Amino acid sequence: MTRLPQIAWLADGRRLHLQDGPIDLIIEAKGNELEVRAAYQAAARRLTGLLDELCDELAELRLAADPLQSSMKGVVARRMHAAVAPFAGDCFITPMAAVAGAVADEILGAMREAAQLDRAYVNNGGDIALHLGLGEAFKIGLMDRPDTDGVLRMLSIDADDPVRGVATSGRHGRSFSLGIADAVTVLARTASQADAAATIIANAVDLPAHPAITRVPASDLQPDSDLGARLVTREVGTLSDSDITRALETGAAQARRLLEAGLIEAAVLRLSGAIVTVGAKRIDDVELRRIGESEPRNLIHA
Amino acid sequence: MTDTSSAVADKIRCDACPVMCYIKPGAAGACDRYANHDGELVRVDPHIILERTVSHGGRLVPFQASGDWDGKIVHEPSRFVTAIGAGTTYPDYKPAPFIVSSEVEGVDMVTVVTEGIFSYCGVKVKIDTDRYLGPETATVRAQGEAVGHVTTSEYGSQMLSLGGVHHLTGGSKKEGRVTCDTLMDLSNGRAVELTIDGGATVVVQAGHAPIVNGLTEERMRVGCGSATIGMFAKQWQGKIDEVVVVDDHITGVLSEHQAGKLLDIPDTGIKMKGRRSTPGRYFQVAEPGTGWGGTNISDPLAILGPFDPKTARPGLTMLMVSTTGEHAAYYQLDDGLRPVETAMPDALRQSVARIQENCEPALCTVLFMAGAGGSLRAGVTENPVRLTRSVKDALTRVTSGGAPVYVWPGGGITYMVDVTQMPANAFGYVPTPALVAPIEFTMRLSDYAALGGHMDSVRPLSSLKDNAELLPWPQKGAIPGQGR
Repeated sequence: MTRLPQIAWLADGRRLHLQDGPIDLIIEAKGNELEVRAAYQAAARRLTGLLDELCDELAELRLAADPLQSSMKGVVARRMHAAVAPFAGDCFITPMAAVAGAVADEILGAMREAAQLDRAYVNNGGDIALHLGLGEAFKIGLMDRPDTDGVLRMLSIDADDPVRGVATSGRHGRSFSLGIADAVTVLARTASQADAAATIIANAVDLPAHPAITRVPASDLQPDSDLGARLVTREVGTLSDSDITRALETGAAQARRLLEAGLIEAAVLRLSGAIVTVGAKRIDDVELRRIGESEPRNLIHA
Repeated sequence: MTDTSSAVADKIRCDACPVMCYIKPGAAGACDRYANHDGELVRVDPHIILERTVSHGGRLVPFQASGDWDGKIVHEPSRFVTAIGAGTTYPDYKPAPFIVSSEVEGVDMVTVVTEGIFSYCGVKVKIDTDRYLGPETATVRAQGEAVGHVTTSEYGSQMLSLGGVHHLTGGSKKEGRVTCDTLMDLSNGRAVELTIDGGATVVVQAGHAPIVNGLTEERMRVGCGSATIGMFAKQWQGKIDEVVVVDDHITGVLSEHQAGKLLDIPDTGIKMKGRRSTPGRYFQVAEPGTGWGGTNISDPLAILGPFDPKTARPGLTMLMVSTTGEHAAYYQLDDGLRPVETAMPDALRQSVARIQENCEPALCTVLFMAGAGGSLRAGVTENPVRLTRSVKDALTRVTSGGAPVYVWPGGGITYMVDVTQMPANAFGYVPTPALVAPIEFTMRLSDYAALGGHMDSVRPLSSLKDNAELLPWPQKGAIPGQGR
């Protein structure tokens, strides 16, 4: 009685939707038809049982990561640990901070192993692993908040960039944030690295002890959260412009440190309508607009 | 009296996937698909819409089955919303999650879509085999847990009744969980291994041949032993002296049988074991089993006594065959009037092949049966009993995952549905444990208003497109309001 992932096309008939438990993947590959098909099949095959592999080590994955070593056995669990290890010496972080990105990397890896593709992405709830063949590019739309669909920045990633992972973290997403950022989007070499770094930077966008911010222990919301009784952000009231600037600057300082350390390629930080970019050369300013028919075909929500 | 308020206010553990989230009341699990609603686990999945594609031949599961499904947005008027993934609240004091209005052939139709949580539910399994699976009322087990029992057999088939509230919630926690898994797997078309106390192990999968004690059953018997004699007596006349059709139910003997008498087939002096019912028809020639004709024998001569020397003669020929033609042997009496097996003449080989040819393929069929209670009906209308009356008056059509159902007469809305007619993975469960099955009530909008429907919750079909998946309609002619 093996549990199988749910597999279906999205309504456009191009993108594949795979889901198992909390893993929710949107996948699209471009290339020769047979290769694309083989890649999709490989993705479905690899996802089958992947959640069980992760859950075998779930208890350990929910503990603070050791910066120097890992006892994880599963390949995805090890990738999660590797992604958070660079941060684990300085702050509390568990491998769970990279779970979505690590799964995206793993599925994309299985697709690339099975097929020659021009271009592909695996989008795991906003944490995205990219494959770019020669001369290919992706346009990625940044939303101001994960729970709405406004696009306010366009990122262009081409094959010459080292970027192969995009992840977004913030207080509106599925997982909790220790910080107050609406969203922090990070570009990195892998999706798991981007995922971990986005968590760290989003946590750094903060105004400790500010009266307009409501925080509650994570365990009150989700009894088995890896954050335990740590206070996570529930509500952010009205902030003054200087508060917003100050919070964003703390986060941007963290992002610049990660950029210098080579852990990320770029970051975009958003709080209450204000935006700061780090490693800005890749980020094209565009007019704030809604997603509509006129958007390019390859637009991905980050 | 038990105070359940503390349990209601407490977190629950979701076991829908191996993450096993603890979920607080009002919150969702890590997947955002399951939530704790007043202490009950509820699904909040997106919705599956079936597109009726009459020519499509009934394939679903687009990616794995056909691979080329284009997933296009549906066109009027051939779509129908199923309850799969609609989610539900329980008890259903709120309107059902989706109440969809759609126009079907000019009639303004309303489909009230909900997913019922059924504690009172189970499956009836029909297993086409004459092989002995176990005594009537014997306990049927999955993974060692009691999940149901053997019920009265039907023509050419053994019947199991699985699930029900007794096994789901009346036994140990494990029994409930295993029962729930078994029902869900069978209903979702997966293979399940069942063992019967004092009987066989059988692998059951809806729409597939049963596997009894490791052997795949191929055919249903053509009839009981007596009926087989009746059907083939004329074809045997003049080609053989005696035929015995071995059957656990009624073994037939050609020379003694009414059919043989009518053809003036002479006595042979054969002596049968077992209990004679009427001439040429014998009960209990052996114990039930998985050998010849559903008996426990592997040597058919074991059911014969010595031939009567007053009537029998050396050289007399005899065919012994099972009711499916799967087993057959040809004998000649030697000088001591003992049957000796010899090569079967072609003419008789053909008659055995004819028996095989007339046996239908053996299948397992799984009917899901459940009762829609008061609370589910309340999700549909403010006056639940009117829904029941409307169903009985045939104004409201009930479907399950878009498949037609049989609604039992009498109180409540108790229905049965063939799970192979439903989309793949239509069934879910909650850890109560109970099954979550789709159920749709379709009626004219005016009838819906008349029975106290939640008119302010009716949504046009177009409003569902963005958050619904679209699937081709699984079968011909089952669209509500159009007849079959």
